[in-house]
Parts: sequence; structure tokens; C-alpha cells
Amino acid sequence: MQCCVCKEKPATVHLTQIVGEKMQKLDLCEDCAKAKGINDPTSFAMADLMLGLGASQELDPSAGTVEIKCPRCGFSQADFKKSGRLGCPECYRTFAEGLAGLLKTMHKGTRHTGKAPEALRKSRETGDRLKALQKKLNKAVETEDFEAAAALRDEIKALSGATPIKAAK
Amino acid sequence: MKDLHQFLISPAQAAQQHGPHDRIVMSSRVRLARNLRDAAFPGWAKKPERVRILEAILPAVSALPEMADSFAEAMDNLTALDKQILVERHLISREHAAKNVGSGLVLNRAETFSVMINEEDHLRMQALRPGFQIREAWNAIDHLDSALEKKLNFAFDNELGYLTACPTNLGTGIRVSAMLHLPGLVLAEQINPIIQSVNKLGLAVRGLYGEGTEALGNVFQVSNQMTLGESETGIVERLEKVLAQIIEHEENARQTLLEKKRKVVFNHIGRAYGILANAHSISSKETMNLLSLLRLGLDLGSFPGTDRALVDELLLTTQPAHLQKQLSDKLTAEERDLIRADMVRERLKDVNRPVTK
Repeated sequence: MQCCVCKEKPATVHLTQIVGEKMQKLDLCEDCAKAKGINDPTSFAMADLMLGLGASQELDPSAGTVEIKCPRCGFSQADFKKSGRLGCPECYRTFAEGLAGLLKTMHKGTRHTGKAPEALRKSRETGDRLKALQKKLNKAVETEDFEAAAALRDEIKALSGATPIKAAK
Repeated sequence: MKDLHQFLISPAQAAQQHGPHDRIVMSSRVRLARNLRDAAFPGWAKKPERVRILEAILPAVSALPEMADSFAEAMDNLTALDKQILVERHLISREHAAKNVGSGLVLNRAETFSVMINEEDHLRMQALRPGFQIREAWNAIDHLDSALEKKLNFAFDNELGYLTACPTNLGTGIRVSAMLHLPGLVLAEQINPIIQSVNKLGLAVRGLYGEGTEALGNVFQVSNQMTLGESETGIVERLEKVLAQIIEHEENARQTLLEKKRKVVFNHIGRAYGILANAHSISSKETMNLLSLLRLGLDLGSFPGTDRALVDELLLTTQPAHLQKQLSDKLTAEERDLIRADMVRERLKDVNRPVTK
């Protein structure tokens, strides 16, 4: 088997990673593996490598479809493939689908759990609480605990100023 | 425009700064990456947009109380030598030193905050502290960030957190790092297993000047890699634990070397002293590696009466740009090697040969 980076030397380092439902495989020769800093597949180096190789596959549009460009800044998937950087903050929305798998391999989680700008902190907390309450409400309706459901509905109403979505039974 | 060289703390003063565990932890830093909501990232923005971003950010940063009386300048106003000196001081990244029009720097008087504008992200702000003080550095930069977010609209997403040019910095945009002097682990040949186990914990180990650089002078940088899915304090605490363990391993390695390989250790220290005190031509790389051994000798009590600050100062002043700055003529690398050797010999004149007890 040939190394998939230099396509010259035989591959002796084999990496397999499962991202979502997809399995990604990398076969590297020792020199390329060393150059990429891989000595432990669980280390970040793998993610770094994926950014150069796997990422492009992830982000590649399926054959025949038009290449997606960021409506805000005009950045394309090909640009990402080249630089490993994005064009503007909006790109995260534009390329959300392709990035999701990549972020999973790269980070501890896919949801930010740290600091937020103060102006957004409150709405962020409210959003989190609403989600939790709605979940509880769905459960209460499911188990026909209508007393609890009514209380939860009132709580959600007070918190959001809107009527909660009716849970499908 | 302020003169950078009058602004910067002198190498002698810089070497006098002390912090907890500074025998082993030379310095601590926490960096945050931030971007403006409505602008392209620096790598994609065209020059006029970068200039506009710089003109919006630079005054906002300079006006912060922490940055009073700061050095605030566009990168195209700095000479290549100035930039290299800032790199050697670890105040800017090598990537930032390559920037010109549309990038900038705001550095406070105490050199505890350095804010790079339009590096890879619109803002790369870092808090620096001597010794093992990553928590203090985090608190300081957190405070600066909170003050700045009142003036600038940062790109933030509820799910993904702070949005950065490179997805590897997404979320917290934080990099917590410490610069460690680990000659004991290197001499005891224990450094590789340590690096590997640190890597396994999702932390990176790099050389003296960050990404892709070699560990000159037995100096290693340890930092977090992942920025999304873990809070800032979680990352700081995790790094604190790992660093405390590395410090312990280094102390143990030194102790074991003294007990079991005295001759090896004193041979290294003695030869380092011999060359540094007598050489007439020496490269910056060799100087760093030998000064590292001299520093180890100081820690182990081989040079009674000599202050470690002497070595730390030489570690700065013997670097290429610092050396060049002290001279009026532009020198070649070979000429610098001669002057460097003269300078080191002169400074070691009053340091006695190492005692081996």
C-alpha cells in the first residue's frame, strides 16, 4: 500500500477514525507520519492532518453540484482546502454541514461551554433553561401528568413570554 | 511614535522578574482569539478592509485602562529588526512578525499584555506572567476581554462560541501555555515519554518559539490544543495539574541524576562553562544550549554567589536580533558569532569555575 501523502513510499502507519457514520482511513509512510507529527492516533495531530486531507473530502461537494460560496464574503470550499482557514464568521453557517464532522475530530465537544459576551449571556442562559423545561413538559404530557404539565407550561410562558410548542402525543 | 527600544524593559530588568517555580517554569501565558462580527478574517480580507479593522480595533484596545501608556503601532511602522526583537522577547508570534500594512500591536508598559491585531484573527490578546501563573494570566486576560467586548462586536455563536479563522481555535479561542526549562528530563533521557504522555492528554509540546520550532536550550512549551467543548477554567485547571506533574518529574530527574550520574551532570555543566567562558566564536544555537546547562548548574548550586538572572539575561542578549541591536553596523552571522563570544566571555569573567561539592 502506498502512502497517501507522498504517494511514493510504502505506508506503514495506518489510521482509522469514525466520524459520525463515516469511516476515514489514512495510510502514511513513516516519514510523512513523522512530518505530520503522528505518534499517537488519539492526539490532536490527527485532527490537524484531517484538516489537510480528510477535511477536503468532507467539504468536497458531491459530484455535479455547484460549489458552495459564502454569501457574505465569497469564500469557497476550495479556498478552505487550500488554507485550512475560513473567510469570515458567516462561513461557519455556510459550511456548517461539512464542518460538523471536522469539529468532532478536532475538539472535546461540539458545543461551546465557556465564556460568552455579557450581552448574550442572559439570552444564552434563558435559551438553555427553556430547552430543559420544554423537555420536561413533553415528558409530563407523555406520562399524562397534567398537573405538572400545566405548571411547566406556565413557567415556560413566564420565561419566554410565548406559548410553548405543543408536544405531539 | 514611541521608540520601541526605549519602551521595552531592558534585558537585565527582564531577567530580574520572578514568579512561582521559575527554576522550571520560565513564563506563563494565556491567549484569546477574537474576531469582529461583520468583517472577513485577516487572511481573507483585502488590504483596505484590514486597514479599516485595524483602525477600529487599535484605538479601542489602547483606550483600555490596562493599556494606559502603551506602545501602540501599525506593523508597517516597525523595522524587521524591531519585529525580530519582539519575537525573541516572546511578545509577538513569528507569524505576526511577517505582517505589515493592516496589522498592529498594542503592548503595555509592564509587558504583561500584548495584543496582536490582524494576525490570524482580528485579535490575538495575551496576558504574560513570569513563572507558573497560568490562572493569574487567565484572570487578567478574561478581564481585558470583558472590557473590550463592551466596545467591539465580537463574532459569537450560541453553539460554537467565539468564531475564529481556523476551526482549531473555535469556541473559547483560548491557548494556555507555559514555557518550561527541562534539562533534567533531557539529560535523563526521560523527555520523550513525558512528551508522549502529555500529547495523549490532548496537550501540545512545542519548541521555544511555538509551532514547528525545535526545543533549543531544553526549553519546551506546553499548551492546550482543544478549544471547544471545555470551559476556559476547565482548560486552565487541567493544564495546572499536568504542569505540576511535569515540574515534579523534572525535580525528580535532577535529584536522580545527582545521586546516580553525578559525573555525567558535572561533565555537562563543566564543559558548558568551559566553552562559554573561553570561546571566541559561538553561534546563538550553541550559546542557548550551553546557557541552559549553566542555568541547570546554578539551580544545582554549582555556581555559588552567581545570580540566575545573569544567565537569563544572556539568554536574551545573545539572540541574533538583540545582539545586532547593540551594534551600529549591520553584521553577518559569522561576525555576530565573534561578538557574541566576546560578550559572553566578558559576562562570565567573574563567575568562578563550577564547584562539584
